[in-house]
Amino acid sequence: MARIVLDNVTKRYPDGTEGVKDLSLQIEDGEFMILVGPSGCGKSTALRMIAGLEEISEGDLWIGDEIVNDLDPGERDIAMVFQSYALYPHMTVRDNMGFSLKLAKVPKEELTKRVEEAARILGLQDHLDRKPANLSGGQRQRVAMGRAIVRKPRAFLMDEPLSNLDAKLRVQTRAELARLQARLSTTTVYVTHDQTEAMTLGDRVAVMRAGELQQVGTPMELYHEPANLFVAGFIGSPAMNFLPAQADGDVVHLPMVDAPVDEQLRSRLEGVARLIVGIRPEHFQERGAPGTDGWPTFEAEIDLVESMGSETVAYFSVGGDEVHADLLEELSREVEGNERDGGDNRVTARLEPDSALRRRDTAKLVVDASKLVYFDADSGARIGVDTASAVATA
Amino acid sequence: MSAASTPRSTSGTITQAGAPSKVRARSRRRTMPAPVQRGLLWLSVAAIVVFCLFPIYWIVNTSLKSGAQLSSGALWPDDPTLRNYRSVLQDGDFLLALRNSAIVATTTTVLSILVGSFAAYALARLRFPRKTLLLGIVLSISTFPVIAIAAPLFKLWSDLGIYDARFGLGLIIPNLVFSLPLTIFILTSFFREIPRELEEAALVDGATRMQTFTKVVFPLAAPGLVTAALLVFFFAWNEFLFAITLTSTPEARTVPAAIAFFTGSVKFEAPIGTISAASVIVMVPLVVLVLVFQKRIVAGLTAGAVKG
Repeated sequence: MARIVLDNVTKRYPDGTEGVKDLSLQIEDGEFMILVGPSGCGKSTALRMIAGLEEISEGDLWIGDEIVNDLDPGERDIAMVFQSYALYPHMTVRDNMGFSLKLAKVPKEELTKRVEEAARILGLQDHLDRKPANLSGGQRQRVAMGRAIVRKPRAFLMDEPLSNLDAKLRVQTRAELARLQARLSTTTVYVTHDQTEAMTLGDRVAVMRAGELQQVGTPMELYHEPANLFVAGFIGSPAMNFLPAQADGDVVHLPMVDAPVDEQLRSRLEGVARLIVGIRPEHFQERGAPGTDGWPTFEAEIDLVESMGSETVAYFSVGGDEVHADLLEELSREVEGNERDGGDNRVTARLEPDSALRRRDTAKLVVDASKLVYFDADSGARIGVDTASAVATA
Repeated sequence: MSAASTPRSTSGTITQAGAPSKVRARSRRRTMPAPVQRGLLWLSVAAIVVFCLFPIYWIVNTSLKSGAQLSSGALWPDDPTLRNYRSVLQDGDFLLALRNSAIVATTTTVLSILVGSFAAYALARLRFPRKTLLLGIVLSISTFPVIAIAAPLFKLWSDLGIYDARFGLGLIIPNLVFSLPLTIFILTSFFREIPRELEEAALVDGATRMQTFTKVVFPLAAPGLVTAALLVFFFAWNEFLFAITLTSTPEARTVPAAIAFFTGSVKFEAPIGTISAASVIVMVPLVVLVLVFQKRIVAGLTAGAVKG
């Protein structure tokens, strides 16, 4: 077990493009760190650089107390779980899990003991003598995990290990994985493009975009204190609503309502040419709901209602100018659930499960003005954050 | 054999969350009843088998005949005799030729696989400029007509003093000229099919590059290696034009060339019987090889390696 430190690490390809730009990240001993971002954001490249499968063009990579830039993957004492599992098809489950120990010339009894212990933890005892071809997807995934844990490595590196499982199994395996990591408390770097996995698994989450780190923080920090439009839109499901806004004295004009702004924020909003306000879906309520006294109120015609049992999700449009921001365009191109169809400013609201709203109703809604987050549309940066976790952005 | 040269990753047995896409339309209308269809299928299989195997049967048939029967055209020998085989196997020149053939074919095969697998691995995996061009050039060599280089080789080999070299050693290089492109071509496609992640997994597991090659890549490419080795062995074993051009004494000749110089088992007898017997004898090692490696050739070893 060891901590992993990336110190201004850059990956530059022969054609000059940069896959990872100046990435600095400190992963503590025993920490479960998630690298998340849309495809092509450099998260896998970063992981592969830690593994030693990809050369580091610039910067230093520390594992434990040594710089490992020039060590071969095998010398770094790390284990990796691949998206495809990459099980050796010509070997049995036992041999797959024991391969690294065999290469390391671990004595036979020790090897057998460790393989069987790992098999017990993962519930693979009955399958040890099978070949990967005869296993189900979930079993293969566990063998891949087993191959990593028998080694008792300094760190686990996981590259989208759940993405080949079906939805139900994925949720179940996700929980098992979290339990396993907590039990072994081995430093883990986990790459995913799925924000749900990022939120549920990680001690901390690093959001990447176009090779650059956007923000590192606990899931709650990212959710409540996003550093910029990209993180705000990426984290959370349903996604955050973004609306155009104008600061005007002690209020901010939104398309459907005016929201009060506190003094401290007011000075910061001045001088921002174009303002975007982000509202989480759960910060809307129906008028009269408990605890909503004094919230700005407005009316909207509901386009669609989804009753989930535990909550009711309502969709409506508020009109106004279309929001324009490069980061939002990018999100809508690359991240599922952030698609935008222009104009109208569609809004998603998460209401109480017992809501009686129907389609085409004109709903009386309120919004929690204290929870609004403000962004500079031109830079994409959040306005009014001094959080240490926030990282300057492009 | 053709089945083996196109390995398909037969994984992907599990589809994404209940994807119903695998349900095939069953509404295809049958044009004839099943038994008739099946009958026709077997009939055509039988026709193809007869078409392919009859010449071989005919050679065996002829090799068991003697004397006047040889030209009779009877479908089976009236009085089967092993006289032709006895005569061939007592012929010192033929035995020398068998020895030479074994040496030439084995050496060609070993060198082809050794050099070819490294070359193919490089072509399949490593990044270097003009890779496609290189593979194209390698392949284009195998399109040269053999006869076009036979004459220059004869001159060159004479000058170098390896014309008519003992054990047919002068034949190995010309054979390699044609067997290597074949080997490289087959193995490149096999190596490409091996998921790169398997090698990366081995590297992370602590294997050296060489161990990755010997413990992961090589076993997985086994069907391809066997296929390539067999094809090269057959090619070298059967090669005739170089053998007849570049040798002139029994010390150097391989079987195909030696058979061309056969005389009858009795003087003035047409050598058809002995030629047939010799042909059957040289066929035996090939048939044995195929039977031995049959399972390997067909095995799709990459199945289940990764989820497709």
